[in-house]
Amino acid sequence: MTHYNLIDIKNLEASDAIDESQGFEALLKKHKLSSDEYQIIKKNLGRTPSYSELGVFSAMWSEHCSYKSSRPHLKKFPVTGEHVVVGPGENAGVVRVAGDQCVAFKMESHNHPSYIEPFHGAATGVGGILRDVFCMGARPIANLNCLRFGKKTHPRTPYLFKQAVKGIGDYGNCVGVPTVGGSIHFDATYDANCLVNAMSVGLIDANKIFKGFATGKGNYVVYLGSATGRDGVHGATMASDSFASQDQGEKSTIQVGDPFREKLLIEATLSVLEKGLVVGLQDMGAAGLTSSSVEMAGRAGNGILIDLSCIPVRTQNMTPYELLLSESQERMLMVIEPGKWPELKAELDQWELESCIIGIVTETGRFQCSFAGKLEVDLPVNILTDMAPIYERPFKEGRVGEPLDTKGIVSNVKERGVEAVILNMLKDIGDKTPIFRQYDQHIGTKTVFGPDEGGAPVLWLRDHEIANNGEEFAGIAIATACHERYCKNNPRTGAALALIQAARKIASRGGFGLGATDCLNFGNPQVPEVMWEFKECVEGLADACTRLNIPIVSGNVSLYNETDGVSIYPTPMLGVVGKVPDIRFVPASTVTKPVDLYLVSPSKVKPQFGGGLLGSTLSLDIYSGIVPEVDWEQVLEGLNFITTLARQQPGEALAVRDVGSGGLIITLLEMMRSPDLTLDVKMSQGALSWESVYFGEYAACFVIATTSSGATHKFLGASALKHNQIQKIGTMAENNAQEHNIDGVRLNKKQVLTHFQNALNFN
Amino acid sequence: MNKKIGIIRFPGSNCDRDMIDVLHDIYQVSSAIIDYRSTSIGSVAGVIVPGGFSYGDYLRAGALASHAPIMLELAQQAGKGLPVLGICNGFQILTEARLLPGTLLKNKTRQFICETVYLKVEKGSSLYHKSLGQACLNMPIAHGEGNYAIDDSGLKKLHDQGQILFKYASKSGVTSEEFNPNGSRANIAGITNKQGNVLGLMPHPERASYERLNTGVDGRVLLSSFLSLCAI
Repeated sequence: MTHYNLIDIKNLEASDAIDESQGFEALLKKHKLSSDEYQIIKKNLGRTPSYSELGVFSAMWSEHCSYKSSRPHLKKFPVTGEHVVVGPGENAGVVRVAGDQCVAFKMESHNHPSYIEPFHGAATGVGGILRDVFCMGARPIANLNCLRFGKKTHPRTPYLFKQAVKGIGDYGNCVGVPTVGGSIHFDATYDANCLVNAMSVGLIDANKIFKGFATGKGNYVVYLGSATGRDGVHGATMASDSFASQDQGEKSTIQVGDPFREKLLIEATLSVLEKGLVVGLQDMGAAGLTSSSVEMAGRAGNGILIDLSCIPVRTQNMTPYELLLSESQERMLMVIEPGKWPELKAELDQWELESCIIGIVTETGRFQCSFAGKLEVDLPVNILTDMAPIYERPFKEGRVGEPLDTKGIVSNVKERGVEAVILNMLKDIGDKTPIFRQYDQHIGTKTVFGPDEGGAPVLWLRDHEIANNGEEFAGIAIATACHERYCKNNPRTGAALALIQAARKIASRGGFGLGATDCLNFGNPQVPEVMWEFKECVEGLADACTRLNIPIVSGNVSLYNETDGVSIYPTPMLGVVGKVPDIRFVPASTVTKPVDLYLVSPSKVKPQFGGGLLGSTLSLDIYSGIVPEVDWEQVLEGLNFITTLARQQPGEALAVRDVGSGGLIITLLEMMRSPDLTLDVKMSQGALSWESVYFGEYAACFVIATTSSGATHKFLGASALKHNQIQKIGTMAENNAQEHNIDGVRLNKKQVLTHFQNALNFN
Repeated sequence: MNKKIGIIRFPGSNCDRDMIDVLHDIYQVSSAIIDYRSTSIGSVAGVIVPGGFSYGDYLRAGALASHAPIMLELAQQAGKGLPVLGICNGFQILTEARLLPGTLLKNKTRQFICETVYLKVEKGSSLYHKSLGQACLNMPIAHGEGNYAIDDSGLKKLHDQGQILFKYASKSGVTSEEFNPNGSRANIAGITNKQGNVLGLMPHPERASYERLNTGVDGRVLLSSFLSLCAI
């Protein structure tokens, strides 16, 4: 590393053009550029690029950075609304919660690295998403993780699962941000492509939001954080390609995280932003130095000139190509006014972080990098950011679920024994405590409800400023959701159901959604059926966002989750942040003392089995049955009713839980968290079978648990319900009974408990 | 009389902010951050060594921090009777610095553990023992290295000198192995020095102080006794 001196470009030699003769096709293939794309590059430049420049194009035009297959569809999302302060396009989205208090949040995938090296892949996934949030000036207050692994019996699953969880825990615990929730599913569709989607939420004042702009000619470009190594070179291009099964050992491009450094980076960054020492700031994430400098220059309409020899390195003889494309972790790029350098340097030294000047902002509109007397890179920024080819990839309508004769289900369940079926479902969906107890859930002293309940986590903002404005007890509920089996059965409705599921969880805490982040995990977009799934999911989700008034404020697309030609089920993962006006009155989602149980269910819409938990337990074809029907009037009425009810004084509703996977029976059993309680349920089934009533799934249906002090509960607003009905369905009582009784079906209490608790047992 | 509590911040400390908030919000007591490079503690009524991952737990939790410049001064002041409270990583640092006996090893399960536990107050003569009485307190733990280890003679000394303050227990105060989350010797969760002015514990009282959170308010009982030891 040399000290930065202003470079005079005139004295630099032009870099060597790449040799297009020998093995050039293989070189392009390695860079995941098509020969058509290469011709566009040459035409735009009017010359042959250098090897380093090819690397820059490869990163900036990768699927991961350019969204070249997804962009035409992403335009369909509603992105504005009354609560939105910053929408998509920045490092994270921002919504207003109370007064000037806002939250910045985003979810991002780290699937490919996590499959190759689950511990570091998952850990650096957490690190990366944290940096996206705090580089806006937000202090991270919560992390969540949505994980998908192959079936439990797949040989690689236990390893991937255990290591990914350990990686998430080690990183989050050390940086001091609580992990408050998330989800985890096991399904054969992820056997060869696991998903690790990390979400981070940070608190920020509306007037102090910071954006990544490289403004002001002559301003310094400052490098902050860990030194650069060869790790992660080509991470962005790797995330833009499928796997072949022999790739499992390819560890060379995996980044290694250092949460201790990240903690210092959080404190140092927030401190220098607060002191007004920085003009623009961005994390060196995917495609490292290249994407951060190009994107910051692009947003400001400026150019950037960098001397690559000034970059701190941790290994010898790094080439300009490697310096440009390394994805070493815990690094930030800052733009500052030259006069602020001494004060900035002193502050960063206080945190024992390495920083140095590596370049300046120019008005050339070009991304220029020098190294050893040569101008290694000299590219117009707009070609890199705006002229990447956009593909309207062809799509072909795929299969959707078909109606199912319920009689077949009934006899199938009878054959296996209804008790055995229920126990198997419980084992599939049961207790996640062994995961969550590895995560610090309480640091930050804001956690009202953590991950252990299975409902939406709730955090108290605990902010003095809004307390003075009468919102002392304002908080947020955070819900993550995606039901990939619904999405495979019917991508359009399935994606809508994911947002409805998140909204249900937030409503159950008395909250309403402010905005959503999406992490769209799909297979190979060059397969027309996969592209159709993508398009359908986006359109279904966009419609649901509009109906529920929850705009998309940030997101990420992960394509090519495909191995040996098999794509994963469409998995549009959502993270929704909602406002809870008063955290003192939030109902629980589990029950530990005797209660009366009420069901709020649609009065006309029938329950369904398509894509549901029963189908997967019975090993039915994914297309057998249709997914829950979305009747928006019923959904909205149900959500409003529950939100209002959940906000009442304590006692009205002790616990509220939305009926999800596995239907009413699984929801009730999940809700009950004391071995002393006995479930006793009886309800009118009308023309429906027991199986439909207790296993069937709905778009919006809720269980309310209340203390049985009153004779008959008259819930506020219940009489005005038009599309939903409310009925008492039974009790959870404290007694010595050995069995639960669900309309004649008897379940051994002990067996229920062991199956629930052994959910993460791989044997 | 000085009413400020000093909070030592090492690189990687991460419970310092929570402690400052609790002291301010619950007790209206203000705090002074003491930098680990400092050689003077300044004028404070007591010192808290907060939780976190000082130096990323490199080498051993607390090992590097125990050699920071501030620790010499802390040892001197503690010797003169200054109240010192070490929580989680703070406890680890205090044992590494030999301000408290024993050491904290990796949890028996080799996993990080976050959950709420019950703590039985043991017999002893310190002000903590006196003010906590026979209570059984509920507080969260969150650590990977909380497995307290000490040799037989050391353990006997702890017992004989009444230095054990907390043992992991059931809700009703049974201190059997079943209720030991991390494998610690004799279920020990917190100890004082012989003089009773230095206390180290693995559970987090600051996380059990706001009544609106899911971790209860039993931490206040302990923080109140610390503050009264500080004459606040």
